[in-house]
Amino acid sequence: MIADFGYGVLLVTFLVTVYSVFAAIYGEFKKKPAMVESARRAMLLTWPLLTLTAGILIYLLINNHFEVQFVYEVTSRSMPTYLKVTAWWGGQAGSLLFWSWLMSAFASLVTLRKWDRDREFLPWVIVVASVTMAFFIGMNVFFENPFAKLYQSFDGQIAPHTFQPANSILFTPRDGQGLNPLLRHPGMVIHPPMLYLGFVSFVIPYAFALAALITGRTDDRWIRLTRRWALWAWLFLSAGLVLGGRWAYDVLGWGGYWGWDPVEIAAFMPWLTGTAFLHSVMIQEKRGMLKHWNMLLVILTYDLVIFGTFLTRSGVLSSVHAFAQSAIGPLFFAFIGLTLITSVALLIYRWDSLKSETKMTSMLSREALFLLNNLLFMSILVVCFWGVIYPLISELFTGQKVTVGPPFYERATSPLFATLMLLMGIAPLSAWGHSTVKTLGRAIWKPTVGAVIITAVLYATYTQNIIALIGFFLVALVILVTLYEYWRGAYARQRSQDENILASFWNLTGRNRRRYGGYIIHLSMMLMAIGILGIEIFQVETQGTIAVGDSLQLSGYTIKYKEVASWDDRPSGVNYTRAVVEVYDKDGKYLGNLNPRKDYYYDSQQPMTIPGQLASLKDEVYVLLIDWEPISPVGTTFKVFVNPLVNWLWLGSLLFLVGVIIAAWPDKDPERVAVRAGKRAHQTSAAD
Amino acid sequence: MQINKFVIGGLFILGAVVFLIWSSTAATSEYFLTVDELNAKGADVINRNLRVSGAVIGDTIKYDPQTLTLTFEVAHVPGDQAVIEDEGGLAEALHQAVIDPTRARMKIVYVGPMPDLLRHEAQAIVTGKLGDDGVFHADELLLKCPTKYEEAVPEQAASN
Repeated sequence: MIADFGYGVLLVTFLVTVYSVFAAIYGEFKKKPAMVESARRAMLLTWPLLTLTAGILIYLLINNHFEVQFVYEVTSRSMPTYLKVTAWWGGQAGSLLFWSWLMSAFASLVTLRKWDRDREFLPWVIVVASVTMAFFIGMNVFFENPFAKLYQSFDGQIAPHTFQPANSILFTPRDGQGLNPLLRHPGMVIHPPMLYLGFVSFVIPYAFALAALITGRTDDRWIRLTRRWALWAWLFLSAGLVLGGRWAYDVLGWGGYWGWDPVEIAAFMPWLTGTAFLHSVMIQEKRGMLKHWNMLLVILTYDLVIFGTFLTRSGVLSSVHAFAQSAIGPLFFAFIGLTLITSVALLIYRWDSLKSETKMTSMLSREALFLLNNLLFMSILVVCFWGVIYPLISELFTGQKVTVGPPFYERATSPLFATLMLLMGIAPLSAWGHSTVKTLGRAIWKPTVGAVIITAVLYATYTQNIIALIGFFLVALVILVTLYEYWRGAYARQRSQDENILASFWNLTGRNRRRYGGYIIHLSMMLMAIGILGIEIFQVETQGTIAVGDSLQLSGYTIKYKEVASWDDRPSGVNYTRAVVEVYDKDGKYLGNLNPRKDYYYDSQQPMTIPGQLASLKDEVYVLLIDWEPISPVGTTFKVFVNPLVNWLWLGSLLFLVGVIIAAWPDKDPERVAVRAGKRAHQTSAAD
Repeated sequence: MQINKFVIGGLFILGAVVFLIWSSTAATSEYFLTVDELNAKGADVINRNLRVSGAVIGDTIKYDPQTLTLTFEVAHVPGDQAVIEDEGGLAEALHQAVIDPTRARMKIVYVGPMPDLLRHEAQAIVTGKLGDDGVFHADELLLKCPTKYEEAVPEQAASN
């Protein structure tokens, strides 16, 4: 009964969002502020309503209400409570609800802000947010009801229904199917919420962009209002991507972190347009250029977000993630098509009012290099999009499904990524407006010489691989340029302000957070690049079946097999097999113990391989337990990877978070500060 | 003059991207086939990059931990989404494929750790080449386990 109540609340929420759309439009056209205010309040109501809905669903999940189809599909009795709660986003119906819930929270946050100076945007922001929400809630109400219950008809058929069909009885399975053990990893528990947070918060900049297009207030106010939203959105999206990579690395057992899987790409594509957007808004703010482009980027990001949500939850493309299939595909495509056409039509309608205020003159100016950066991000996007849709296109035209895999993406994107890195090295040193080879050369020669020296040292001591050397050269260049820029700023400040150098660094970052946060992000990207180059180029592997006391050698490491044990954990229904191996370096120095494991989940008959990982900044030794025979003299089989430098990838991700948080941290409202300063000036002059 | 400089630059980038995509596609694309389609093509596709999808037959899974060599057979599953829906969803289509002895089968060899998701009635998507011996040599093995389906309910219900 409580499930029916949940469905009822969901239905009411749907009606409230629909009301909010129409009330806002009506209020705007009939010039009735009261109606707009009513729409705003309706919108504020959605969050409590959806929280109630979600609370009911979580209640059902925790209390094993297996008569509810969704609960049956994603939980089982043996799962711990926290996993039952997070099972909320473990299936399609639940994750759609989760999406709407996050959306309503953000929409409420936005509508609660002060609107004094942006009244005209309000109704349209409400309309865009509510339409998006109505779409997702509508999916739940009409197609993917998380509260549908299982009914058995008299001929024995069991099927989920929202309402009890005639001649049937409620059917309660004894236990649920449970969450796939592979997904019971902390990284996987928080990866979807992070991605969704990123997805959902990109809706807000889009809502403001459309509001600007509709009202004709096409100055850069919408950008200033939403820049921070976009940064936070970007932070969450990036964190989601990294966590997904970490999950793959820890759980999938191939020692990799990114497989160019269509679903990964689906989350990566809005990240690409989002990253391009974050860069190009700076050009609009500083130089009044690229206005059409920014609109287009934010529109694209929004539709890629919807596309990504759809892809991660549907079975259109083959993928390890695509575990759900349903009839909602065409509706998603219709929604994407509709929003895209509407947005682009509005953009064309306002085309003339978005003309650039200045012209681009110099190819080496900061703005030209930013534009190039944008083009590169878009090129990577095109490569990704092509790869994802190529099977569909080829089938359409030749009747034959032809796919492309990771080699395609690696081959097509690596020159683009390398150019991006080069740009990251040059752009911070180029000047706005006008920059020549000469001025740029004067700024860049020192870091370049430094990078050449570092590369030469690496050539002599570490690797002769040409691709790796190019990569390391670019990494060194970007790091040196960034540090050099940073140091120049701090040094100038130290001289002028008479501070010590550390205080100068701190204050410099505080005064211009966006710029220096951005530099920290660049540095973090380079650390990640070191990790990626390391694992992609230098990964080595071996395997072998060895008896207790024997060892395997790989890349200077000795992996010595000590023992293996196996036991049942009855309450959780898992069998654990755990090996103990010792790792020694080439001088025979003991480095540590590893415990590669193989868990077997009885209820889902699912084995799960858990690697033993010995991390250092130089290498990571990654050992998998493949097979074992308790008494046989032959021994136990291990697979061993040595992944050089991979931990720089995770380290870089942490620095990345720091950089984005610095860049996105709320400032004091600049206009209020200006007013206060003005007042003070006024008072002083009055005192004079 | 100023405009030209940027237009030429833009065209250059566009050309480079088109070339990158075109050459990478040509060099790395692989046919995505069902087992039936593979059999129909026969010798034409030997030693070409292929991707084949099929239903794993549990009894045929053999694993030699000494050499990490995995062999198993897959049965033909229709490639068309609409046909799969008609059969009652992917789980049911996989089940049908496995119990039907007349379905075309294909033997797969893969060297590497045994994937956790490999099991009876899973969907295997393998990337690799078909050898002269008619055995598919997979470099990459993707598995999907559509366990979350209402069709799976009645079996459990039987014991209830």
